[in-house]
Amino acid sequence: MVPLSYYLVLSGILFACGVTGFLIKRNIITVFMSIELMLNGVNLSFVAFAAQWHALSGQVFVFFVMVVAAAESAVGLAIIIAVYRTRETLNVDRVNLLKL
Amino acid sequence: MTPNLYLWLIPVLPLVGAAINGLFGKRFSRQTVSAIALGFSGAALVMALWIAAQFASLTLPHVELLASWIRAGDFQVDFAFYLDQLSLVMLLVVTGVGFLIHIYSVGYMWGEGGFYRFFSYLNLFMFFMLTLVLASNYLLMFIGWEGVGLASYLLIGFWFTKDSAASAGKKAFIVNRIGDFGFLIALFLMIKHFGSLNFEQVFQSVPRMAATGSEELLTSIGLLLMVGAAGKSAQLPLYVWLPDAMEGPTPVSALIHAATMVTAGVYMVARSHVIFDHAPQALTVVAIVGTLTALFAATIGVCQTDIKKVLAYSTISQLGYMFMACGVAAYSAGIFHLMTHAFFKGLLFLAAGSVIHAVGGEQDMRRMGGLRHHIPWTFWTMTAATFAIAGFPPLAGFFSKDAILWQAYSSPYGSWIYWLIGVFTAFLTSFYMFRLWFMTFFGEYRGEAAAGHSDEHLHLTGGSQAGAPAPHGHGHGGIHESPKIMLLPLVILAVLSFCGGWVGSERFDKFLSPSLHAGVTAYSQDETAATRPAPEAREHGASEGLLTSISILAALSGLFFAWLLYQRRPQLPQEIAHALGGFYEAVVHKYYVDEIYAAVFVKPLIDGSTRVLWHGIDRDVIDATLDNGAEGAREVSDAMRHMQSGNLRSYAGWIAAGAAVVIAYMIWTGTR
Repeated sequence: MVPLSYYLVLSGILFACGVTGFLIKRNIITVFMSIELMLNGVNLSFVAFAAQWHALSGQVFVFFVMVVAAAESAVGLAIIIAVYRTRETLNVDRVNLLKL
Repeated sequence: MTPNLYLWLIPVLPLVGAAINGLFGKRFSRQTVSAIALGFSGAALVMALWIAAQFASLTLPHVELLASWIRAGDFQVDFAFYLDQLSLVMLLVVTGVGFLIHIYSVGYMWGEGGFYRFFSYLNLFMFFMLTLVLASNYLLMFIGWEGVGLASYLLIGFWFTKDSAASAGKKAFIVNRIGDFGFLIALFLMIKHFGSLNFEQVFQSVPRMAATGSEELLTSIGLLLMVGAAGKSAQLPLYVWLPDAMEGPTPVSALIHAATMVTAGVYMVARSHVIFDHAPQALTVVAIVGTLTALFAATIGVCQTDIKKVLAYSTISQLGYMFMACGVAAYSAGIFHLMTHAFFKGLLFLAAGSVIHAVGGEQDMRRMGGLRHHIPWTFWTMTAATFAIAGFPPLAGFFSKDAILWQAYSSPYGSWIYWLIGVFTAFLTSFYMFRLWFMTFFGEYRGEAAAGHSDEHLHLTGGSQAGAPAPHGHGHGGIHESPKIMLLPLVILAVLSFCGGWVGSERFDKFLSPSLHAGVTAYSQDETAATRPAPEAREHGASEGLLTSISILAALSGLFFAWLLYQRRPQLPQEIAHALGGFYEAVVHKYYVDEIYAAVFVKPLIDGSTRVLWHGIDRDVIDATLDNGAEGAREVSDAMRHMQSGNLRSYAGWIAAGAAVVIAYMIWTGTR
């Protein structure tokens, strides 16, 4: 059996990749995908713990996260399309009107 | 059963008049305003007379409850009115003299701006004064006490565009506050130790307190009450506001600062006589303060040249007499003098107003003279008042002053020193009053020529200067007699000044005795009863006649010296002034009391307030805290706002950094 720590390290790597991508990428789509990556990194640790401790609640949480992520990506993609239609760009550094 | 007298109506009637004139008077004609003011104050007078008419059939003291006011546990204060012999006398004096002065004011103030305002204040004063006089407990009395102070402030500062009038009003108010502070503390002591402020309950518990040996308490209450009385009645050392109060219109000086309000302190001491009877030390203080004030103010009065200032110092001096009488436990003599003084001093002020009016606003006696042919009515009424205050028989002042001097000598609390100072003061009184009389009415007219005068008069009435207003349609040329509406009160008061004393102090004393000797029976059970002879024990029958002749002699010599100095040899006062040198200078400058007060109290207070309270605390602590706090918040925000750049990735960076900090913290606490 694969030890728990392997899953957790992989989950941490996935989450760190998501964070890094979120911080350094300029394309909104890529940023959006980085968010999904972070969510799935967390999901992985959830199911790893659920399997380790034979507790179902972890798996239930994962389903919740997936449902929310699906809803979020639907709304998020709609926003991205709206932004692209008005600003004609997908570069987040140029979508910076909301400031002091 | 005692009938319902509707006592509450007496003070409320003038209040209604004040409210109507104060709220709507601006749109009324002068006739309407005066009709309202006279109507309501006259109604109060009629009610007072109606009560006096059925006074014999009442069971006294007659207390009427209007409404309850404060209830806190056992402590209870009501809007209740108290009628006994003492308050009846005060009631008649206040409403009677007050109504006459209302009439006079119609003529005097006719040409002035703010006519309705004046009468509204005057009626307001009547309301508070009648509340003071009719109150059945100390707290309601205190309401009236403060209220008359307010009315006095408003009326002294009636010509508020004049700087001196405005500051005189402030001075009166502030000096009175000092006295009221003492009064208030006395009330607190009463609440604490008697549990009540009702006259009846307080006076019932006083003998009990005295029996249980709390004389210090009664003495301190008495002294604090005296502080209040000294403020209101212009006694040493709080008298300084009264001379300045002459900035107000002359009818105000007559009503408030001579006849009624300033006598409130005397009334209060007489009303509280039960307390003072059981606190002999407080009584001694009252007598000493009164005697010294009488002498002190009379000496200043001798050197004043402003006709109203002379009368002001004379008022202080006469109030001193009243306190002297109260201080030797001869309260009825004090109240008797209060009544006669209200007549002749009210008349003196009104006549002085008539004189000032006649000569076009001039108040300096050195620029008057020879007026008796020009204004005969004023001259004769003023003559009656002058002889009355100087103590010539058979005028009113003789009887009351003689009663006081006799009591000061013969009362168990009395002493020959009081009597001696009193007689000397009587001589000074006679002297300065006849000095005023001679300087004003005899000799040659020393003012400007009549032609120039008429211009000045017009000018004066145009601006709101202190002094003479133009009466309706009256000619402005030369020195002229006042209109009839001003002369009528003069004549009535002259008659009262003439006959007011004929009732006699003995009969007056007997009339007042139920309200003024109520505590004496309880007192006579004390161990000190042996030292106090009964009031009836007049073993000095012969000496009373002797003392009376001496005081008449004092009055006559005052007349003689005034005649000698100001009629026969007018250059003599100058020489005497030179001979006296420094002392004369001190007297002319009122013993520099105002300057001393300014240096000792006012200036340190202003400096302290400016440097410590304003600059030190208000500006450098309170304001600075707020300002610096606001400034700091602004600077921090200024720095922080750059975080909101609009750049999405920098936000994400902040979130990541924050999350990293939180995780680091949790790991740190977890591993510890």
